[in-house]
Amino acid sequence: MERTEILDAVYDACVEILKVDKAELSETTSFADDLDADSLALVEVVMQLEEQFDLRIPEDDLDDVATIGAAADVVATHLAAA
Amino acid sequence: MIVAPVEPRRVVITGVGAVTPAGDDAATTFATALAGRSTASPIGTWDPEGHPVRFAAQIPDFDPAAVIAPRDARRIDRVSQLGLVAAEEALTQAGLVGDADEAAIDRTRVAVVVGSGVGGILTLEDQIEVRVTRGVERVSPLLIPMMMANATSGLIALRHGFRGSAFSVATACASGADSIGTGLDLIRAGRADIVVAGGAEAAITPTAMAAFARMGALSTRNDDPTAASRPFDRDRDGFVMGEGAGVLVLEAADHAAGRGATVLGELAGYGSTCDAHHITAPDPDGAGAVACMLQALADAGLGPEAIGHVNAHGTSTPLNDAAESLAMAKVFGTPPPTTSTKGVTGHLVGATGAVEAILALLAARAGTVPPVANLVETDVPADLDLVRDAPRSIAVAPVLSNSFGFGGHNASLVLVPAGR
Repeated sequence: MERTEILDAVYDACVEILKVDKAELSETTSFADDLDADSLALVEVVMQLEEQFDLRIPEDDLDDVATIGAAADVVATHLAAA
Repeated sequence: MIVAPVEPRRVVITGVGAVTPAGDDAATTFATALAGRSTASPIGTWDPEGHPVRFAAQIPDFDPAAVIAPRDARRIDRVSQLGLVAAEEALTQAGLVGDADEAAIDRTRVAVVVGSGVGGILTLEDQIEVRVTRGVERVSPLLIPMMMANATSGLIALRHGFRGSAFSVATACASGADSIGTGLDLIRAGRADIVVAGGAEAAITPTAMAAFARMGALSTRNDDPTAASRPFDRDRDGFVMGEGAGVLVLEAADHAAGRGATVLGELAGYGSTCDAHHITAPDPDGAGAVACMLQALADAGLGPEAIGHVNAHGTSTPLNDAAESLAMAKVFGTPPPTTSTKGVTGHLVGATGAVEAILALLAARAGTVPPVANLVETDVPADLDLVRDAPRSIAVAPVLSNSFGFGGHNASLVLVPAGR
């Protein structure tokens, strides 16, 4: 799967859950600093991605997910392992 | 050094707010109550096919957007959304939102006590279905903060930065009234200068409706929903489930005077007892309700003859309305004009005592008592002066509002309109 497709899915999850404008999002967008998203919101975003890509991402893997790009990386890693 | 006051502080009401099936604010709800028409309708948000009860008093097109941003709204159960919107109205009327007064008050001296019968049961029910049908990994991380019974109080405190006590009282259908009474106690005890008090409920869910129906508590008049809630009427067959929120700003009288707030009335008395008779059925003699009303009157320093009208609990269940009539006769001898606004609003469960305290205060201030909707002929055992067909004009006078809840809980409030 192309990374752009994964990134697009992360953007869409942010738009739906965090009610932000897609045009404002990029790989370097920080969940906490730029989107004011708390840990519960991040879990929601990841749950939506798990559902979309039929994955299970362990909670521990979210520890280092600070940006949209990092979220896409985690999804890509698990997709590759699947 | 803290010195206990010799006389308890008097407590006044400086703001009211309501979101109910009868209106999106307190004034509209009161106007609809005066019109005396039921707001019940077939359930529209889910398919009630196969349910014994397929109607309720719902809030159509509730839109919290003016108070809650869409991003936050999806993290807040409907019950708390209703509570937040009602609180905003009450606090705005009290002059505590959006102007200099907001900054002027000491927020550590503001408490929040907004109760609920069951809290965020819509979210709980939805997430149980998610777990069963889609698995444990799909359960929302937001379930707990959305369903917990204290969420509404916590969210109101969070939104407005109120850092005094914040908790929720759960006494089923008496929750709203007991929250207000608890607020009175907090101010009298010197624990707060202002208490945002009330109740909220949003429990028109498939399982809750099935459960209340299985108890035999609900009217089954599916073919004629607007005739179903008929408090004190001979043909009543149960209550009509409703949803909504009512919030009052209670304030120490000296504090309200100090900031020049407009006083709507005084919260003069509170009674609280338990039947200790049966977990759901009222004591048929109404002994607990009698004690509760007498306690509230004594607390207010008023005799029964001072009460201008009663906003009864009047659920439209055969048992409640009969027992309440007997209790009222024991307290009053000849009871004053009496209404139950549940004929119009349905039974708002944990919100009902708060919404009815507001309606009672507005009626007492106006000297106009709303009629009991659908009351044609009564068969309750005690002789009540029930207001029927049209609003009744009365002298401006104190009002008694009753709320009784499963668990045997009784709560009575005495409110005195300002300017008398």
